Amino acid sequence: MIPNDIKITPELVRDHGLKPDEYQRILDLIGREPTLTELGIFSAMWNEHCSYKSSKKWLKTLPTTGPRVLVGPGENAGVVDIGDGDVVVFKMESHNHPSYIEPYQGAATGVGGILRDVFTMGARPIAAMNALRFGAPDHPRTRHIVNGVVAGVGGYGNSFGVPTVGGEVNFHPRYNGNCLVNAFAAGLAKADGIFLSKAEGIGMPVVYLGSKTGRDGIHGASMASAEFDDNSEEKRPTVQVGDPFSEKLLLEACLELMQTGAVIAIQDMGAAGLTCSAVEMGAKGDLGLELDLDKVPCREPGMTAYEMMLSESQERMLMVLHPEKEAEAEAVFRKWGLDFAVVGRTTDTLRFVVRHQGEVMADLPIKDLGDQAPEYDRPWIAPAKPAVIAVAETEAPTDWNEALLSLIGSPDLSSRRWVVEQYDHFIQGNTIQHPGGDAGVVRVEGSNKGLAFTCDVTPRYVEADPFEGGKQAIAEAWRNLTAVGATPLAVTDNLNFGNPEKPEIMGQFVGAIQGLGEACRALDFPIVSGNVSLYNETNGQAILPTPAIGGVGLLADVSRSVGIGFRQDGDAIILVGDTAGWLGQSIYLRELFGREDGAPPPVDLAVEKRNGDFVRKLIEDGRVGAVHDLSDGGLAVGLAEMAMASGRGCRIAAPERSAVPLHAFLFGEDQARYVMTASAGEAAHILVQAAMGGVPATMIGTVGGNELTIADRIAISVDLLVKRHEDWFPRFMAAA
Amino acid sequence: MKARITVMLKNGVLDPQGKAIQGALSSLGFSGVEDVRQGKVIEIELATADADAARRDLDAMCQKLIANTVIETYRIELA
Amino acid sequence: MKSAVVVFPGINRERDMAKALELASGVAPHMIWHAETELPDVDVVAVPGGFSYGDYLRCGAIAARAPIMDAIHRHAARGGYVIGVCNGFQILTEAGLLPGALLRNASLKFACKVVRLRVDNADTAFSNAYAAGAVIRNPIAHGEGNYFADAETIARLEGDGRVVFRYCDAAGETTMAADPNGSLNHIAGILNERGNVLGMMPHPEDFVEPLHGCTEGRGIFDSLVRAVAA
Repeated sequence: MIPNDIKITPELVRDHGLKPDEYQRILDLIGREPTLTELGIFSAMWNEHCSYKSSKKWLKTLPTTGPRVLVGPGENAGVVDIGDGDVVVFKMESHNHPSYIEPYQGAATGVGGILRDVFTMGARPIAAMNALRFGAPDHPRTRHIVNGVVAGVGGYGNSFGVPTVGGEVNFHPRYNGNCLVNAFAAGLAKADGIFLSKAEGIGMPVVYLGSKTGRDGIHGASMASAEFDDNSEEKRPTVQVGDPFSEKLLLEACLELMQTGAVIAIQDMGAAGLTCSAVEMGAKGDLGLELDLDKVPCREPGMTAYEMMLSESQERMLMVLHPEKEAEAEAVFRKWGLDFAVVGRTTDTLRFVVRHQGEVMADLPIKDLGDQAPEYDRPWIAPAKPAVIAVAETEAPTDWNEALLSLIGSPDLSSRRWVVEQYDHFIQGNTIQHPGGDAGVVRVEGSNKGLAFTCDVTPRYVEADPFEGGKQAIAEAWRNLTAVGATPLAVTDNLNFGNPEKPEIMGQFVGAIQGLGEACRALDFPIVSGNVSLYNETNGQAILPTPAIGGVGLLADVSRSVGIGFRQDGDAIILVGDTAGWLGQSIYLRELFGREDGAPPPVDLAVEKRNGDFVRKLIEDGRVGAVHDLSDGGLAVGLAEMAMASGRGCRIAAPERSAVPLHAFLFGEDQARYVMTASAGEAAHILVQAAMGGVPATMIGTVGGNELTIADRIAISVDLLVKRHEDWFPRFMAAA
Repeated sequence: MKARITVMLKNGVLDPQGKAIQGALSSLGFSGVEDVRQGKVIEIELATADADAARRDLDAMCQKLIANTVIETYRIELA
Repeated sequence: MKSAVVVFPGINRERDMAKALELASGVAPHMIWHAETELPDVDVVAVPGGFSYGDYLRCGAIAARAPIMDAIHRHAARGGYVIGVCNGFQILTEAGLLPGALLRNASLKFACKVVRLRVDNADTAFSNAYAAGAVIRNPIAHGEGNYFADAETIARLEGDGRVVFRYCDAAGETTMAADPNGSLNHIAGILNERGNVLGMMPHPEDFVEPLHGCTEGRGIFDSLVRAVAA
C-alpha cells in the first residue's frame, strides 16, 4: 500500500495527467505539497473529462436557453417542459475509450451511466439510443468490437428495461483505433419533481447508496482523456463492469425515495465517482463537505483513501438527505437490497475534508477544485475550405440498377436489423415508431402526447467543412424529428474530436461549435446538455470530427405520427425542397468512385425551417401518408427505403426541363428535402399550397406495384432491394 | 471447508455456447476438437469440518437451487 | 376479473402486464412484492417478464425460490389461473409449475422482433378468444427462449394438446426460419396438465392497443376474462 504522504515527484504528477504548470497551480492554491490522495483528487477534477478545460471557452457560445428549457447544461441532464406539468430529461454521453479496450463492458457501462444521469434527476427512463462508430469493416478488430459493443448496449438496456428506439451505426477507417460509443437516454418526470445536485443546509447527512466500492476503473476518468497507443489493450483491468440488475434496483429505490421528500440533493457517481460527486454537491451549494471513508461500503478489503476516492465502481449514488427522514430513506434502500451508509456531513467551512482510519487524507478548498480548474484558449487554425465539385466533374453510373443496389447494400446504408434485433424496443408498451425510420417515437404514458428521438451527424461533412458540417448535424436532427411529425424541442450534443492541443484539431472543434450554434439559433433548438470527448486519437491519427447530436421533439397527438413506409397503392409521391444535385462528399462518390472529396452540401437554415414547418403542418393535419427525410444517398436511396419499409413499389418519372443530370438528381445529397405521399386528390391541394407558401414541391411519381422504377434507368423488384439491403450486416458478422 | 460444484448441461441437451467455442477453436486452427461443452463452477466456503454433513448439505443446495436437474447435472468436490 | 402481478427484483415488464390486464378487465391488478407470503383474493396471477435477479445463476432460478412462490403454488393447486410471460415462463418452469426449461437462443443472441404464432389449441382459458389454427403476431424480446424438455415430456405435451402457441410463418407453417430461438417442436407457449397455468415466451401485453400497431396479443387477456366469467 502506498502511503498518503509520499513525496510528489514530477513523474507522479505526469502519471496523473497533470502538466507541470497545472501542478504549480495546485501548489499555489493550497500553499503546500499535496498528499497522494489530494493529487488524485486534483487529477480527477482537472482532467479534460471533468473540467472541460479546452472546450469551456467555446461551449459558452452555444445557445442553451429557451421558453421551454427548465434546466440547461451543468446538471446531470437537461430538462425541457412538454406541457401539462410534464418534463423530458435527457442527455448523451460518450464511453469511447473503455469500449475500445473492452467492448462489452465499455458499452454496457456507458448505457448504465447515461441512464443514471437521467434518473438522478428524478425521471423514469423511457427511451435510449446509441450512436456507434466503428473502424473499417476489413480492419481486424472491427468485427470483435461491433459484436461486443452491440451486445453490451443490449445487455444493459434490455435488462434495465428501457426501449432502445433509435441510433446510428457507421464504419470508417478513421475509427480503426478508436471507436465511438455515444449513449443517449431520456426520461419523464413532473416539473415539480426534479432533483438537482446542489447541497443545502449545514450538518446534513451525506449518504452513499447503491453497489459497493471496488477497485474498478481507477484512473478511468484520466484514461478517457488520454490518447491511445499500441499498449492500450493492456489497460484492460481499469475497465468497470456493469450490473444492470443493481441499476434497476437503484432506479426503483431512488424514485421511491424521492417520493418521500427525503432528498435534498443527489448526484450519481460517474467518472472519478466519489470525488466528483461530493465536490460538485458541496461546491454548488457553497458548503464544505466532510467524508469518513471508514463508512464507505467496500467490496474488497484494504482499500486506500486514494483508491476509494478515484474508484469508478458502477451503480452508486451520493445524496444529501433531510436528517429526520434518514430512517425512512434507509428502509427504502434495505427493501431493494442496496447498500446505504451515512458517509459524511455538510459543513460551513468550504473545505473538502476526507478522513480514513483516524487520519485526514485530504483537506482542500472545495470551490477551488472546480472554479480554479485550468481553462485554456487553445490555439486553432481554420481548415482550408475544400473546392466545390461541379456536377459536370462527376460521372453517371454504367449500371444504374447495380449502383442503387450496391449503395443500399453498403456498410453504411445497409439494414441495421442485425443490431436492432439485439435491443428491446417494445418494452414499456409505448413505442409508436420503432428503429429504422427517421426518428423513434414513444407515447407519453397517460396522455396523447408523444416524444420523438433521433441521433445525427455526418462526420465526413464535418471533416470537409466543420462549420457547414456542424450546421448540417443540427439540421438533420431537426429534419428527422419533423419527418415523424414532431416539433423539435432541444438537443444534447456529444462532441467527439482528436487532440485539442493540435491547432488543426482545435480548428475543427471551433468550426463545428460555431456551425452547431448558428443552426440551433436559427431553428430555435437550444442545447440543454452534453459531453465533450477529446483526445480520440491512436498513434497520432485523429478520428473524423464527430459532434453527435441527440434531438428531441414533441407531438401533441402521437397518433398522427407517420413512418417512412409507403401506405397505399395509387398515392402520389411528392418531393419537397430544391435539388441541385450536390455530389461533393456524397455516399455515391465514395462508394461507387472511391472519392471522398469536395465541399459538403451547404445548409440554408431559413429554407430548412420553411420546408420543415410546411411538412410538419401537413403531418399534424393528417394529410400525408408517409414521410421520409433525404440524407445519405439522396433521393434514390430514400425512395428505396420507403419501398422496403412497406413492401410496395413505386414509379418515378425523370424531372422535366431540368438542368440537373439524372445521376445527380437521384444521388445528390442536397439538404432540406423530404419525400412524402398523399392521395392523388390531396396531393394537388398540397402542391398549390406549397406554391403559395414558396416551398418547392414537385410530384415525382406514384406508389404501386412491386418494383421500384425510376425513369427508364432503374427497375428493381422490392424483394431484391430487401435482399441486398439485408445481406451485408449478418454476412459481415458471420465471417470468421 | 471449501467445496467446488461443477454444473454441466446433461448429455443430449443442446449446448449452443459449447458449439460456438468449438467452431471458434477450429477457425483458430485447432484441429481435432471433437466436442466442447460449457458449464459453470461454483465455489462455496462451509463452516463445518464434517465432510459427510457438508456433502449432504451441498447435495440439497444443488437440488434446490444451484442446478436445474431438468437440464443439468452437477458434481461436488470437497477440498 | 381480479388479478395480481408479481414483482421480483429485476422484473421490468410488470407495468406493461398491468396495463394489458387493466385494459381487458377494467380493473387495475394488485402489484405483489416477491417478499410477500400471501396473495390477495384474485382469479389470475401474472408473472411478468424482465430479468429477475439479473438472470444470474439461471434465468428465473432465484425468483422461483422467492417467498411469494408458495402462495402461487397454492393458488394454482386451487385451480386459479397463472400466466407467465418471458422471464415469467422461465420462473414457472424453474418453480416446477410447468415442465421443461428455457435454454439460450440457438443464435446465442438476444432477439427482439415481431414473430408469428399459430394457436394450436383454442380451447383453453388463455386462448379461447382466438380461432383454432389462427396465426397471430406478437413481439419477442429474450436471450433464452429455446424451449427444451425430454422426449417423453414433449410427447405428453403434444398428445394432450398442451402446446398452445407455436412459432410459424405467415401461412401458419412451422419452419426453422420462423422459429426465433430453436425451440423443440417450435414451442412458444405451453399449459400445465390441469390447464390453468400457461407459460409463453412472446409478449402479448405489448400488442394490445391500436397505437401498438397491432392488437393481436389482446386475445390472451380477453380469453382470461371470459374464462373467469364462465
